[in-house]
Amino acid sequence: MLEITPNTIAFLVFALLSVGGALGVVVSTNLIHGALFLIVSLFGGAGLFVLLAAPFMAAVQILVYIGAIAILIIFAVMLTRSMTSLSEIFNRQWWISAIVAVVMLGLLLVGAILPVWGPSGTNAMLPVSDAVGTTVDLGIALVDGNQFVLPFEVASLLLTAAMIGAIVIARDNE
Amino acid sequence: MEAVCENIFSTLAPCLTSSGWDPSLAQFVSILLGVLLITTFPLLLALLLIWAERKVAARVQDRLGPNRVGPFGLLQNIADALKLITKEDITPAGADRIVYNMAPVIAVLSVILIWAVVPFTSTNIGADLDIGVLYFVAISSIGTLAIMMAGWSSNNKYALLGSFRVVAQLVSYEVPMVLALLVPVMIAGTMSMQGLAVHQLGMWFIFTAPVSAIIFYVSNLAETGRAPFDLIEAESELVAGYNIEYSGMKFGLFMVNEFIHAFTANALFTVLFLGAWAGPFATEVPILGFVYFMVKTALLYVPSLILRATVPRVRIDQMMAFNWKFLVPVSVVNVLVIALALKIAQGLGLTPENATDFVSNIPQTIVLLIANLVVVVFALTLVRGSVRKERLMTSGKRAEPAAGDAEQKALAATVAGH
Repeated sequence: MLEITPNTIAFLVFALLSVGGALGVVVSTNLIHGALFLIVSLFGGAGLFVLLAAPFMAAVQILVYIGAIAILIIFAVMLTRSMTSLSEIFNRQWWISAIVAVVMLGLLLVGAILPVWGPSGTNAMLPVSDAVGTTVDLGIALVDGNQFVLPFEVASLLLTAAMIGAIVIARDNE
Repeated sequence: MEAVCENIFSTLAPCLTSSGWDPSLAQFVSILLGVLLITTFPLLLALLLIWAERKVAARVQDRLGPNRVGPFGLLQNIADALKLITKEDITPAGADRIVYNMAPVIAVLSVILIWAVVPFTSTNIGADLDIGVLYFVAISSIGTLAIMMAGWSSNNKYALLGSFRVVAQLVSYEVPMVLALLVPVMIAGTMSMQGLAVHQLGMWFIFTAPVSAIIFYVSNLAETGRAPFDLIEAESELVAGYNIEYSGMKFGLFMVNEFIHAFTANALFTVLFLGAWAGPFATEVPILGFVYFMVKTALLYVPSLILRATVPRVRIDQMMAFNWKFLVPVSVVNVLVIALALKIAQGLGLTPENATDFVSNIPQTIVLLIANLVVVVFALTLVRGSVRKERLMTSGKRAEPAAGDAEQKALAATVAGH
């Protein structure tokens, strides 16, 4: 059913990185290792974006998630030395996240995998969409009045507000 | 068959196929060889770069530099590399072994990967990505990670302090660098490195956007940890910085990373502002383009070496203040003004129809140069304001009663200025 092409191999490698990294995040007792595993997982995700012909998303994934957010997490963990050797890997809320994870998996199975590989899954070979988006298309979509300009601006405003809020909180009271 | 195999650099796969290879295998082999070539090139270059750096530094300090091994001491680095390999490999007690060993590898990787998008000639480029510039920014952010890993896993307080300092520096200076990168991208309308190079056949971006070029150069000096921003290895304060515990070839890898990074930064400056391989007959004879590219990069690289050997190190607070209070505001204003000027040029119909033609580029260049002048005026006012503030503060400290007087004088000066 599955033929072995370079693409398949690459997919398997990236999938392994992403799932293995995610597992590492959950089970490691050293928070720094957890953060590094998170980076591995995010890198796998970036590779999957490349395979999906979305290089822009891949670069942004590396730049924003690995280059900024993961480094911020490591920074925070480094400044709290006692967090590097935790005695247990679960806290009291583990069952909430377990439920969320199972529901998400179920939704993905029903929503994405069943239509392709399910009983009526004859369209396994069909691409999801014919439209091949380039970076230029993405840029235009973000500022086009008929497309996503409103969500884009709202998100920008939200980020600006969050930044100003952070500055106000961090400022000395003078 | 002969015609296909003539230019083996660009057409290895069809050449192999025509001699009876399986097409997909030929494709794979040709890509593999290309990857090998591009990754080996900077590593071999590093040997020469270290030699050049030591020679230049020696000349500045009135010494001879390496001159014993080989002609002009050229083989000195091979001897040094052999020495590094034979040295004892020490892992400190309490170090995080896996992270400790991975850090130097990731450090070198973060620099070598950049070479994938460097256009050597009009036809030879590792991968002409749509998002070349973004790829460069993304990959260089991984370098920060490597330094963080090295500093933390060494289990040494100086290494950890050093890596904190490095990360603060790298993350801060990334902001003006990315903003300066935006300007060539805006003018060319593409993020592909080859696209940028082709767009500069008519007019190099250093003439259309000199302010961004300067910002890019300065923030790149900081990104590569070169003097005057070499706080990364401030021996007097941090012993050695994030790589203090490393020995042997692992230490060597960090050094190689530093040397290649400095050269890579200049290579990128060449691509973004000096037209990469552009020069006479570069499109007809691609190999000439490679020569132009290397010559331009070397011409940029040598001044940066002299700079490194001559200027003193700035203090950490000065460095941060310079970035956040000067470079970042100037680069933000630069992007805004250039964007506006580009739109004005478009509105007046001054955008060159054919970007590769020198003459048709002139009107737009003049508009953009005026815009650059506006940015320079803004930068000068910024400097003036901060200098005056400093002067008021020092005079206030010196004599408390005189402070009011100085303020009065400053007020009078402002009124007179208006």
